[in-house]
Amino acid sequence: MNSLVYLIPLFPLAGFLINGLLRKSLSKWLIGVIGSTTILASFIVSLVLFFQVKSSGALPVDPLFTFINTDTFKIEFAFQVDQLSSLFLLIITGVGFLIHLYSSAYMHEEKPEHFGRYFAYLNLFVFSMLLLVLGANYVIMFIGWEGVGLCSYLLIGYWFKNNDYNYAAKKAFIMNRIGDLGFLLAVFWLLSKLGTVAYGEVFSQVSKLSPTDITGITVLLFVGAMGKSAQIPLYTWLPDAMAGPTPVSALIHAATMVTAGIYMVARSNALYSLSEITQHLIAIIGIATALLSATIAIKQNDIKKVLAYSTVSQLGYMFLGLGVGAYTGAVFHVMTHAFFKALLFLGAGSVIHAMHHEQDIRNMGGLKKYLPATHWTFLLACIAISGIPPFSGFFSKDEILAAAYAKNPVYWVLGVAGAAMTAFYMFRLYATTFLGTFRGTHDQEHHLHESPSAMTIPLIILAVLSVIGGFVGVPEVLGGHHLLHEFLSPVLTTEKEAELPHSTEYMLMGISVAIAAIAILIAVSRYSKKPELGEPEGFGKVLANKWYVDELYDNMIVKPLGALASALKNIVEKSGIDGLVNGVGRFVQYSSRQLRLLQSGQVGGYILFMVLSIVVLFLLFWNQVVITNFLQKIF
Amino acid sequence: MPIQYYIAFASTLFCIGIVGVLTRRNAIIIFMCIELMLNAVNLLLVAFSKMHYASAVAAGNNLNAGIDGQLFVFFIMVVAAAEVSVGLAIIVMMYRNVHSVDVNFLNRLKN
Repeated sequence: MNSLVYLIPLFPLAGFLINGLLRKSLSKWLIGVIGSTTILASFIVSLVLFFQVKSSGALPVDPLFTFINTDTFKIEFAFQVDQLSSLFLLIITGVGFLIHLYSSAYMHEEKPEHFGRYFAYLNLFVFSMLLLVLGANYVIMFIGWEGVGLCSYLLIGYWFKNNDYNYAAKKAFIMNRIGDLGFLLAVFWLLSKLGTVAYGEVFSQVSKLSPTDITGITVLLFVGAMGKSAQIPLYTWLPDAMAGPTPVSALIHAATMVTAGIYMVARSNALYSLSEITQHLIAIIGIATALLSATIAIKQNDIKKVLAYSTVSQLGYMFLGLGVGAYTGAVFHVMTHAFFKALLFLGAGSVIHAMHHEQDIRNMGGLKKYLPATHWTFLLACIAISGIPPFSGFFSKDEILAAAYAKNPVYWVLGVAGAAMTAFYMFRLYATTFLGTFRGTHDQEHHLHESPSAMTIPLIILAVLSVIGGFVGVPEVLGGHHLLHEFLSPVLTTEKEAELPHSTEYMLMGISVAIAAIAILIAVSRYSKKPELGEPEGFGKVLANKWYVDELYDNMIVKPLGALASALKNIVEKSGIDGLVNGVGRFVQYSSRQLRLLQSGQVGGYILFMVLSIVVLFLLFWNQVVITNFLQKIF
Repeated sequence: MPIQYYIAFASTLFCIGIVGVLTRRNAIIIFMCIELMLNAVNLLLVAFSKMHYASAVAAGNNLNAGIDGQLFVFFIMVVAAAEVSVGLAIIVMMYRNVHSVDVNFLNRLKN
C-alpha cells in the first residue's frame, strides 16, 4: 500500500538511468518509449494514490531511512502523500507524460545519443519535481528543489553548441541559486528554532515561533519561491529559458519547476497565514510581476517569448492568490494553467516544427488552414487563458480575483487590468500567427504540414482538459460545487474568506469577462488583417526591450561585480598576493646576489672579516653586563 | 714592571701582526706577521705566568702557580715551528709554480 508511493519517483529515475547510461546503444524509438512509459507508469500510480487519498484522506508513508542524524535534530528521508501532493503528482506526471510523448516526435531530428540525453534529462526533471512534492519535510523538498534547478540548466543548455543558450542556462541556474539561498536560510532558521523540518511537526509547533521568526522564515522561503517561480526581481531567467527545446519550455512552464514555488507556499500555508506582512509582500510582488510581464508580452514577436512572459504573468496571479489567502485558488490556477500553458507551448512547438524552426510571428500568419489541429487547440488555449467562461482559466482566475477583491479592491482592479492585457496579447499572438495571410518564404509555405499524431494527440488531450478542467472548481455563486476546495480543505487553511454578496460576485465576473472579451475583439480585429511587422517605436520599444530590466541588472549588478572582480584580479591579486610571493623570491635573490660579492676569493678580505667579527664579538662580551641588562629590560 | 706594560706591548705587537697580515701581499711578510702574533701571545702568557707566581709567593702558598702558562708557551712554540716548516714549504712550492710570493695572485678560491 504505502510502498506504491516509492514507485512514483522510481520510474522516472529508472528511465533516467537507462536512457542516460545506454543512450549510445538504444534506438531512438526505444528511448522514446522508455522515456514516456516511465512517466505514464508514474501517472497511473499517481492516479491510484489520488483515488485512495480522495476516499480515505492522507496516506501514511513510512520514512525510507534517516537522512541526517545529529544530537539535536533528525531528518528522515520521508515521503508524504496528502491531498495537495497527490494533486500535484497528477499534474506533474499527467502533463509530463503528454510532453514526453510529444517530445518523441518533436525531437526526432536529433542524433540518437542526444535524443537519449534529452530524455534522460527530461526524466530526471520529472523525478526531481516528484521528489519536491512528495517530500515530507523541507530538506527533501530542497533536494528536489535543487534537482529541478539543475535539470532546467541542463535542458535550457541542451543545444550546448550555441553560446547564447549556454548563457541562458547559466542565467537560469544563477538566478535560481539566489533564491535557493533564501530557501536554505529559512530551513536553517526553522531548524534552529524548532529543531525539526518535517511539515507536520513544524505546523503543529507554529505557536512556538515569535512573529519575527515567522515573518523572517516566510519571507526567506518566498525568496526561494521568487527564484523558482520567476517573480520580480528574479524573473528574467524564465523568458531566456526559451533557449531550450520547446517541449522543455512546456515542461518548465506547466508541469514542473515554476509551480514549485506555488506548491511550497501552499504547503507552508500554516506559516504564511500567520504573517500579515509576508502576505502583503507576496500579493504586491505577485500583482507587480503579473502587470510588468503582461506589458512586456504585448510587444514580443518571438512566439515562445510571448508565452514565456505570459507564464510569468500567470505566476504573478498565482502569487496574488497566495498573498490574499486564496490558497485553493492558487493551486486551482496552477492546475488549469498547467493544462493550457502546456497546450500553448506544445502548440507553439507544433508551429515552429511546421515552420522549420522559425519563431518570429511576423513571418507567420494564415497558418489556420495548414495546421488545423494545432490551430483549434491553440485557439481553445487562448480562450482559456483569457478567462472566458466556461473555459478552465475563467474559474481559477475568477476565484483569485474574487479573493483579491475581498482583501483589497485595488488588487482586483490591477488584476483585471492584467487579465485584459493577457487576453490582448494572447489574441495578438493568435491573430498574427494563425489569421491573415502567410508571410513566410515560399520554401516554408511549401513545407507547411500538420504535425504527426504523436504531437497532435497530446494537444487534443490538453485542449479537452483546458476546456473542462475548470469544472472541478465552479464557485457556489454559479450554482456549482467547489470540488477542489473540498478536496484540499484538510491541507489548506481556509482563511475567513470574506463572503462577498452574490450580486458583487456577479458584477466582478461580468466586468472581468467583458473587459477580456473587448480586449480579444480589439486584438483580433487589429492584428488579423495587418499585423505590426516593423520595429516598435516610442513606448512600444521600451516594452519590446522588456523595460530594459536585463540591461538594468547588467549595469547594476553584473558590471559592478565584473569590475570588482577585475579590480581584485588586477590589483589585489597581481600586486598584492603575487607581489608578496614574488617579492619574497626577489628579495632572497637580490640579497644573495649582494652577499655573493663577499666571496671575492681574496684571502685578505676573508681575514679582514674574521678579524672584524672577532672584534665585534669581543666588544659584545666586553659589554655583556650592559647587554644582559638591556635584554632584561626589553623582555 | 706592572703587568699593564706587558699587556700594552703584547697588544701592540698583536695589532701590528694583524695589520701586517691584512695589508701586506708578500707571503713571507704575512708569515712573519703571523709569527709576530703568536709571539705576542707567548709574551702575554709568560707575563701573566710571572704575575701569578709573584702573587702566589707573596701570599705564601702554591709555588707551582703560573706554571701552566709557561707550558702553553712551549706548546705554541712547537706548533709555530711545525707551522713554519709547512708554511715555508708551501711558499717555496708557490714560488716554483708561479714565480711569485704575492698572495693575491692565488685568488682561485673565487668563483
